[in-house]
Amino acid sequence: MTPPAPDAAQAAAERAVRAAYGRLVALLAARNCDLAAAEDALSEALRAALETWPRRGVPDRPEAWLMTAAKRAAGHARARAATAAAALPDLTLLTDEASAMPDAFPDHRLGLLFACTHPAIDPGTQTPLMLQAVLGLSAERIAGAFLISPATMGQRLSRAKTRLREAGARFSRPDPDEIGPRLPQVMEAVLAAAALGWEAVPGSDPARADLASEAIYLAELLADLTPDQPEPKGLLSLILHIRAREPARNGQYLAVFEQDTALWDHRMIHRADRLLADAAAMGHFGRFQCEAAIQSVHSEGAMLGRTNWPALATLHAALDRLSPSLGGATAAAAVTLELDGPKAALAALDALTGAQGFQPWWALRAEALARMGDKVGQAQALHRAMGLTGDAALRAWLAARLSQASQRS
Amino acid sequence: MQYMILCHETPADFARRDNPAEAGTYWAGWSAYGATLAQAGVFVSGAGLLPPATAATVRIRATGRTVQDGPFAEVKEHLGGFFLIEVPDMDAALDWAARAPSSATGSTEVRPVLAMPG
Repeated sequence: MTPPAPDAAQAAAERAVRAAYGRLVALLAARNCDLAAAEDALSEALRAALETWPRRGVPDRPEAWLMTAAKRAAGHARARAATAAAALPDLTLLTDEASAMPDAFPDHRLGLLFACTHPAIDPGTQTPLMLQAVLGLSAERIAGAFLISPATMGQRLSRAKTRLREAGARFSRPDPDEIGPRLPQVMEAVLAAAALGWEAVPGSDPARADLASEAIYLAELLADLTPDQPEPKGLLSLILHIRAREPARNGQYLAVFEQDTALWDHRMIHRADRLLADAAAMGHFGRFQCEAAIQSVHSEGAMLGRTNWPALATLHAALDRLSPSLGGATAAAAVTLELDGPKAALAALDALTGAQGFQPWWALRAEALARMGDKVGQAQALHRAMGLTGDAALRAWLAARLSQASQRS
Repeated sequence: MQYMILCHETPADFARRDNPAEAGTYWAGWSAYGATLAQAGVFVSGAGLLPPATAATVRIRATGRTVQDGPFAEVKEHLGGFFLIEVPDMDAALDWAARAPSSATGSTEVRPVLAMPG
């Protein structure tokens, strides 16, 4: 090993940490039952790596080196309540020791995902905690995605870690019979991470668009770690279906039927459909498979130029039974608009309560009013939808419709 | 709690106000935003401001009183308008601030209003 340039050592360390972050934190937390201490130990190990690697060379197995260093840092922190800086002289010896370690660590990431949705954690903090604990995202970046001040997000995350410690949360791999009851919550938190990514129009907010890739990573991880469960496959299928359309949006907002389907990632769509078929073969239909199926029908419809609305109506009715939500009910009203016309769609929209602050409700209302020839009502509804979106690209799309509506009247 | 939403706009934003091709979309965005604040029941008050070139700044120092043309400082973005809203907490205020058209082009600052005793 020749000592690399400091930049190269730093890049190697960062790559190793990025690739291994969730695995190492999960393993350390499982040993000590303390998430905050595990993260501290890993950052101490990274600091040691940045001091040692430029002089001694990047070890053959950076992940193993970091693990050994982090274990020592955690040990020192516990034993002497001192910083692990005292351990630094030992660390230069670690390179050879770590190379002798086996390649594979036991994978406790599933335990970490489950710990993040512990009942002691406020539901609103579960997804941010997952993004930090499993992916190592900074509090600042998470704060931007959730529109919360970075100081507040930092406090919430550290309070959540304290709660986990106080509640004696287990971080080790859950037993198979423990997985079932908590799985819906874990999937919910992964979906929330994905939604943050895809609500952002690519190009308009790169930090949030990145989050879509991170969410795919979480969903892949969950599906890999629970191979005998159909719903995580459904969740991954759903996220891939939506992600596959991104190239066609190209920084603008476009409805599915307006997109150039040639630009879609067809291999990703194929994979999403195969996952859905695998899930369906397991014989337990559920909310995420249902949502993935809805997206699959939309994709197919846009590619063929003819959407199977009756199939969508059936799927939306199923979704409403499995997991009723305002977004789902609004999407169901959009199907009603195509099948039964604007009057029926307006009646369905009027039946929803608490929708006054929901942008898609107003956008669909505008479309239904337009089909009834009510230009004034359409313009008013478009105006409300515009005021409710924070997305510049969507605002521009709504503004274009508004100006068309006023020209035609 | 009351929060002040301070909408800082870029020179390009101010230019859109007078460009016939863009003015319609520009004003529609702001009027939609203001109307939505009102309809959500959070609007307390608010106003748009004329461009920074119309400003004058007063200072009183030991050497006397000066009046200077233009805004108080040379910066890339200038206050283009403000809204005073009544919402439960900072998170809710940030949520509304993100919907202001200035967030996508310039910046939108949120400041809690100092509570007056009595």
